[in-house]
Amino acid sequence: MIAFIIRRLIQSIIVMVAVAAVSFALFRFVGDPINSMVGQEASIDDRQALRDSLGLNDPIITQFGRFIGNALQGEFGISYRLQMPVTELIMQRLPATLELALVSGTLAFITGLGLGVYTALRRRGVLSNVIMTGSLIGVSLPTFLIGVLLIWVFAVELRWLPSNGRGEVVSIGSWWSTGFLTTSGRLALILPAITLGLYQMTLIMRLVRAELLEVLRSDFIKFARARGLSARAVNFGHALKNTLVPVITITGLQLGSIIAFAIITETVFNWPGVGALFISSVRFVDVPVMSAYLMMIALIFVIINLIVDLLYYAVDPRLRVDRAAHSH
Amino acid sequence: MTKLSRALSLSASALALALAAGTASAETIRWARVADALTLDPHSQNEGPTLTLLRHIYSTLVSRNADGTLEPSLATSWEIHPDDPSIWVLTLREGVTFQDGSAFTAEDVVFSYERVLHESSGFRAIHADVEGAEAIDDYTVHVKMSGPSPLYPNNLTNFFIVDKDWAEANDVVAPQNFAAGEENFAVRNTNGTGPYKLVSRDPEVRTVMEAFDGFWGDAPAATEVIYQPIPEAATRIAALLSGEVDFVQDVPVQDIARLEQTDGVKVVTGPENRNLFFSYDMTSEKLRSSNVDDNPFSHPEIREAMALTLDRDAIQKVVMRGQSQPSAAPLPPFVNGWTEEMNAYDAPDVARATELVKSVYPDGFSVQLDCPNDRYLNDEAICQAVVGMMGRIGIDVSLNAQSRSLHFPLIEKWETDFYLLGWGVPTFDSAYIFNFLVHTREDSYGAYNGGKYSNAEVDAKIEEIATMTDLEARDAVIGEIWDQVMEDRVFLNVHNQLLAYAVKDGLNIEVHPENQPTMWTVTFD
Amino acid sequence: MTPETQAPQTKAPGRLYRAWDSDLAYAFRTAPVAIVATLVVLVVVFCSVFAPLIAPMNPYNPAALNLMNGFTPPMEPNAFTGEVFLLGADGQGRDMLSTIMYGTRTSLFVGAMAVLFAMVMGISIGLFAGWRGGWVDSALMRIADVQLAFPAILIALLVFGIARGFIPDGLRDQLAIWVLIVAIGLSDWVQFARVVRGASMVEKNKEYVQAAQVIGAHPLKIMFRHILPNVMGPVLVIATISLALAIIAEATLSFLGVGVPPTQPSLGTLIRVGQGFLISGEWWILLFPAVTLLALALSVNLLGDWLRDALNPRLR
Repeated sequence: MIAFIIRRLIQSIIVMVAVAAVSFALFRFVGDPINSMVGQEASIDDRQALRDSLGLNDPIITQFGRFIGNALQGEFGISYRLQMPVTELIMQRLPATLELALVSGTLAFITGLGLGVYTALRRRGVLSNVIMTGSLIGVSLPTFLIGVLLIWVFAVELRWLPSNGRGEVVSIGSWWSTGFLTTSGRLALILPAITLGLYQMTLIMRLVRAELLEVLRSDFIKFARARGLSARAVNFGHALKNTLVPVITITGLQLGSIIAFAIITETVFNWPGVGALFISSVRFVDVPVMSAYLMMIALIFVIINLIVDLLYYAVDPRLRVDRAAHSH
Repeated sequence: MTKLSRALSLSASALALALAAGTASAETIRWARVADALTLDPHSQNEGPTLTLLRHIYSTLVSRNADGTLEPSLATSWEIHPDDPSIWVLTLREGVTFQDGSAFTAEDVVFSYERVLHESSGFRAIHADVEGAEAIDDYTVHVKMSGPSPLYPNNLTNFFIVDKDWAEANDVVAPQNFAAGEENFAVRNTNGTGPYKLVSRDPEVRTVMEAFDGFWGDAPAATEVIYQPIPEAATRIAALLSGEVDFVQDVPVQDIARLEQTDGVKVVTGPENRNLFFSYDMTSEKLRSSNVDDNPFSHPEIREAMALTLDRDAIQKVVMRGQSQPSAAPLPPFVNGWTEEMNAYDAPDVARATELVKSVYPDGFSVQLDCPNDRYLNDEAICQAVVGMMGRIGIDVSLNAQSRSLHFPLIEKWETDFYLLGWGVPTFDSAYIFNFLVHTREDSYGAYNGGKYSNAEVDAKIEEIATMTDLEARDAVIGEIWDQVMEDRVFLNVHNQLLAYAVKDGLNIEVHPENQPTMWTVTFD
Repeated sequence: MTPETQAPQTKAPGRLYRAWDSDLAYAFRTAPVAIVATLVVLVVVFCSVFAPLIAPMNPYNPAALNLMNGFTPPMEPNAFTGEVFLLGADGQGRDMLSTIMYGTRTSLFVGAMAVLFAMVMGISIGLFAGWRGGWVDSALMRIADVQLAFPAILIALLVFGIARGFIPDGLRDQLAIWVLIVAIGLSDWVQFARVVRGASMVEKNKEYVQAAQVIGAHPLKIMFRHILPNVMGPVLVIATISLALAIIAEATLSFLGVGVPPTQPSLGTLIRVGQGFLISGEWWILLFPAVTLLALALSVNLLGDWLRDALNPRLR
């Protein structure tokens, strides 16, 4: 057990170092940070001086070492663009993204589960086929277009829902701000949550359906039916319960991707989260913010993965070998 | 003002605000534009949106009217010292207070000069000729220049005055220094003499300001300003159409017609101090991206052919939907040095242009065009149209359209053969264009001379006009420089941009030529 | 069994006939959704492949464009030139129909090549990881895990950033499309790798593989000859769905500004440009490319869906 945990931990650290190297390397190549720090009118000498003082002329390996050292202390420097400490900036934006991810994840999970169960039980029904085909429309259009269309219909033409931002937010404690407590905050969540959740919903629905169909065909369900249990008890008591373990696992693993995919949704809806922060940082070559964002995404993902691994180990050591094959 | 009376007036204004919020929101302006201010430090970033927001909190010595003329602000008058032509004498406004209550005096101006000339300032180039400022008495300042600088007051319209004691108390005597790795207090805290006080700021999300009751000018009609950056054009316009904002500053040209037809919304337009042109490397032996062995742009025939095939009117009609003033002169009409002749251009003559290209390259040639896609109105579409026009005369242009943060370094590092640039002239004088775009790149000159244009005679004249005090003689030299630049076809000019502001009915906002709208001059019907 | 398959045949059935008679073909013939989807895909592929022959104009030839035709509505003569376009013209005066045909060609090419890239990479890595096992396996699978954390956008920005450093000026235009392919392909290999790895771990311990090893067959040969055919079903399903995903990823990347140059637009670039005209009322610039993309991606998705069910005998 200890050896297993240590091995996983070492692997996670290697992963983080690799991500650090990649994010560091990427932004040494994209654009010129100096240009986004000084105005259009700065002279060439000024630029060179700033380059020197920031250490951008040092050997790459020295710069990388410095980067890792600072990252370990949660120190990503000052945003070139907004001139604020990056860690603080990200912490300020994180609640918006987490709330959006949570709502759209929950939405995707509940509707995905419901529709998945329905389409599995009524496999040949007309409505099931309509749902199955209809859900594909959602994944056959780019997210940004779905967002733009929703804004056009519900904000511009019908004027039912706000087109952008989080509405009124309420501060809880020193660093969390929530939109859950105000009407405008809750209204503002609707369109972005649907846009972001649509893809995951389709995924979960299809997963539930496939797993449920698999389970319904297994011997113990046949046995339960043979024992004369009601269809309801068999479907929901036995079959669904057995389906939920892989479904919840996958949903958990998807949480990291929801946060990452929020980039597009946040851009379209002007949602003040970390994804929008990242994209505007890319546009302005704001290196410290970009590095910190990539590291944060990798960290979230590594942690979720680690927890899932450990849970699997705790529940059933035999699954250890099968997991990767199982979760495709 | 005593402590007590200040406390009373504060609570009175708080009460007024509370009452206003309870009755109507007419005094609040919700203002959206494409980008946020980068910082609230008044001397860090010389960049449009940053200046616009800062102007509401900090005052300048001199300000510019919507018609382009200079107007007194914190300085009530400015004149050249009778005994020394290199000294500007500024007379300051009396009775002005900062938002923390301290009085505005000459020592604040002297301190602001020190701060703006600091090496981490983004405005050093604008004040490059300043040797130092000296307080003569509480309301008189002498600004010593390195030589006679008759047009220097034009450079004061973006120079914000900070409080010396406040800056020293909060350790912000210098603008943000990135190398220090620490956040500067002035980035998120302010203390100006302007019409508005900062209430709250969430960078790139929302900035709230309320009227400062100790403002030296007239009390603004809009008592609260909520500023929201919305980068996506469709989302920004949607926010106005759905009534979530009152004023959109950056309106895409294609949405103007729809907005004009929408009830409750109106569009105001006016010329911007910004000119769009193409330029090219006409000096190098060989181009980076061309398929021929010499430099096509070094041939006058090719440059003439390109000017002949450029259909400015078609770009104006279709790409800009009328929102531009086609022109051959690479400067807006209100800038000193502009003439009617420079502005004129011939109708396109594709046959003649094709002949000219064939006379040098029978099979034509290829080249890459670098273009920004998020900086100017329809920049990418303009470039695309030009690719088509060049294609017709045998110039095979490939388009490299990208974000401004990637585009501008190409010009600065001489890594482009052919590029689009838009240039505003904050000083309203041709010298600003010559210094940055025409003079050979050396020292503080030519930072945006991306085409490597170099003419020793022109350089000498550019240096000459910097210190000429006889304005008529100076204008004559400016004319000579322009004659040479136009003859050499250094720039292939397209048009001057027009600005469009979309506002809720009942709100009156004037279009400002430098795209610096001021909320304190807004009126309500 | 349908009546025509029971038609009396004295000689041995031909190859074509056997294909027609197979389970898969039978499932296909009885699934109207699959037939319609296939037809849509075929029509779209045909129109895009033969675009240079059937399109009314070549929108990639800048010299052929007349800017004054810009924003011509469908079926209405242009106010300046009097020209009429079936689906209207875009802001540059390009015929929408031709532009969509050429754009689909680009999108399909990018999608297909990206999937091929991902497939080759994923299969190779999966086979290798499954075959070698041990630390090689866990290292490769950890990389795959991390890869999943980063959506195509981030990986594309990475690839674009690196490519920018290496690609000389003047070649960027031609190479942009390949950079896009690598970027999308790189973000998509994990699924292939996981499936193939799982299968090869199972297969490598089977007796026939061990027998092949004993008689001295090269491991590479064993992997490709014996293990790969067993996973072709799931690989095909993933490839189909990945194709739809790749086409959409291309569109999203164009929205974020890292796509093919606007002078040679793909469907994604057309949609990005078109969404700017949604509010202003020039609906045809957005609608037609969006419908084309939807029809193509939906059909491919439906086919992938059907294929998954059809290849899983237990689901029938």
